[in-house]
Amino acid sequence: MSELWIAVVAASVGCYLLKLAGLSVPASWVEQPWVARVVDFVPAALLAALVAVQTLSSGNDLVVDGRVVGLGVAAVALALRAPFIVVILLAGIAGALVHVVGS
Amino acid sequence: MPDDRSRTLRDSMGLGLAVGLYGVAFGASADAAGLDAWQAMVLSALMFSGASQFALVGVVGAGGGAAAAVGSALLLGTRNTVYGVRMAPLLAPRGLLRRAGAAQLVIDETTAMAVAAPDRETGRLAFWATGLSIYLGWNVMTLVGVLGASGLGGTAEAALDSVVPAAFLALLWPRLRRGFGEHGVQRRVALGGAVVALALTPVVPAGVQVIVAAGAVALAGRPRREVVA
Repeated sequence: MSELWIAVVAASVGCYLLKLAGLSVPASWVEQPWVARVVDFVPAALLAALVAVQTLSSGNDLVVDGRVVGLGVAAVALALRAPFIVVILLAGIAGALVHVVGS
Repeated sequence: MPDDRSRTLRDSMGLGLAVGLYGVAFGASADAAGLDAWQAMVLSALMFSGASQFALVGVVGAGGGAAAAVGSALLLGTRNTVYGVRMAPLLAPRGLLRRAGAAQLVIDETTAMAVAAPDRETGRLAFWATGLSIYLGWNVMTLVGVLGASGLGGTAEAALDSVVPAAFLALLWPRLRRGFGEHGVQRRVALGGAVVALALTPVVPAGVQVIVAAGAVALAGRPRREVVA
């Protein structure tokens, strides 16, 4: 087995066990008020971090490109209560347009 | 409510399609990083966690070692443990097989969909429908991406690049709306998470800043005492 295969399998099994651990810890751990507090707000922090990183980063560099336009279009669509798939499609079209105009 | 059920199923299918588009990008990245089609498919079927998979192929593609590749994938995978803790009371999976199956589907999108549901029954439906729809879309489109990587033009890649952050924004959006519990605090935490992640991007290995940004949850402050169960 090559080193790459070992990495692929080890990381896959490890990631699965992390998921399983989450479902398997005793319920009493979850009933702590501060645990509830953390899990109520962690998604907001993580999702916002992912939005920021996926929009403005390329590896370790911060860059501004068509993704910003795509995100702006998505935000307007969301504010107008457009369905998810429409938001996604509009963002993709906007990103593609910026690429076509810019190249 | 039949209305909630049909909306949930529609959104689940939409997410499967959208994440499938992202799966093409993953397949293409895996190919570019030097993985073969089998390795890309094992990651999508077995790891099934986009950020971890991208982290692994990113490190491999950048010439990182196996330990660094595995480490970055696991670090991002800890997010799913937190989601699992959140989801356990809602799912309450009975039996080993159902728990094992449910665990594999605990990811960003399924958690967000289940948590956003108006009641427990709809939440469960949202979890399973979104999970299966995304599992199918992600795996099929990974194969498409890894086999068709060389055929993907620059414009299609630019479209994909814009789809991903928009998808995350769409998942975040309902939490920031008026009417969501403590939406003001949610906004503060979200802003904090984004700022931390961007500030760390130049100085930490790709992907790590997202994990650290979870620390912005501290901005939520102490639990409220007057919560009525």
